[in-house]
Amino acid sequence: MTDMTPLTGTVLDEDMRCNLGDLCRLCGVPADSILEMIDEGMLCPQGNDPREWRFTALEVKRVQTTIRLQRDLRINLPGCALALQLLEELEELRRLCRMR
Amino acid sequence: MEYRDYYEILGVDRNATQDAIKQAYRRLARKYHPDVSKEADAEKKFKDLGEAYEVLKDPEKRAAYDKFGKNWQNGQDFEPPPNWDAGFEFKGAGYTGGSDHDYSDFFESLFGRSTTTGGGRRQTFRMKGEDQHAKIVIRLADAYHGSRQNITLSRATVDENGRVTTKPHNLQVTIPKGIIEGQRIRLEGQGMPGMGGAPAGDLYLEIAFADDPIFHAEKRDIHMELPITPWEAALGATITVPTLGGKVQLKIPPGSQGGKKLRLKGRGLSTATKKGDQIVTLRIVVPEAKTDEQKKLYRKMAEIMPINPRKNLG
Repeated sequence: MTDMTPLTGTVLDEDMRCNLGDLCRLCGVPADSILEMIDEGMLCPQGNDPREWRFTALEVKRVQTTIRLQRDLRINLPGCALALQLLEELEELRRLCRMR
Repeated sequence: MEYRDYYEILGVDRNATQDAIKQAYRRLARKYHPDVSKEADAEKKFKDLGEAYEVLKDPEKRAAYDKFGKNWQNGQDFEPPPNWDAGFEFKGAGYTGGSDHDYSDFFESLFGRSTTTGGGRRQTFRMKGEDQHAKIVIRLADAYHGSRQNITLSRATVDENGRVTTKPHNLQVTIPKGIIEGQRIRLEGQGMPGMGGAPAGDLYLEIAFADDPIFHAEKRDIHMELPITPWEAALGATITVPTLGGKVQLKIPPGSQGGKKLRLKGRGLSTATKKGDQIVTLRIVVPEAKTDEQKKLYRKMAEIMPINPRKNLG
């Protein structure tokens, strides 16, 4: 099927902030899963109260990657936290390498 | 229909133990997982591995598959013989492991489709379609000005009989001005189709930049190296410099050294609210002294403007 009507999406940029409900909807996970990721130190929302929490675009990506790693590679949450940290470091190193 | 050599895909012998098959799958799944691997075809390889493992992990399916013999090659034209699955408990097409994977025609003709979409076995539950993730490589100029990009994705669709088929899906996507590398564009409802009337998933496009011979981007700033002559560096000059938005005049202050960085404000990847700059790094190109006259000039320079560039080296 070809659909050549230009599509305009939402850019998940550095200014993006979403609340807990938005994050759950975007990633298709229950709030409990998000709380576990916060406990694991994988997400650091701004705001003191869950109703005030605001998450960044990077955190949306972290949640989505975590879901895939858990589903596809059966990695538990601490393992995902470590994998994410290493993947982010790897991405930064690759970026620096490309600039040399 | 093309034959698929599941043993070759998993890199194991035909007589590999079930444990060896499991270990090979887990090792390769980690290697080719699309979130981990940077290989261009990682997603396809990961899907192929899943399909191969789905067959070889199950002794019944593996035994039925093995009946085809070992003389088939990956990609060879193949039709299963009639009643090939007689005597096996999974009962041929119609069986699945119950996952919603997007398997090849080869797999589906032998082992059936997902029970969630399979013809005659459709269930009535609703499930939102999966999100799809893809990377698109664009030119820096397209990010600077904003652009439209044509992209082609592999899209699973469900026909009226509930069969899942994969077709190329062409989209034209608006790339907003000032997008930067690593940012993602979310296209709502452009992911995999939902089931039972549930909405489609979303499509996430991650932006990557193609290599550029002059510029490279660091977040919103555009960097370039500007070659200048020693006299331009020493005396100062106004030089025409390329930017992604066209040529501009850049003033080189007198007494500039190699490595000095000059900033062209607002000439980076900017949006309505966020500004990027172009950072120009000076590189002084020293002319070769080929003739006697040129050598004499260098000696004269050494005489009238002596300098010790290594005084800090102790």
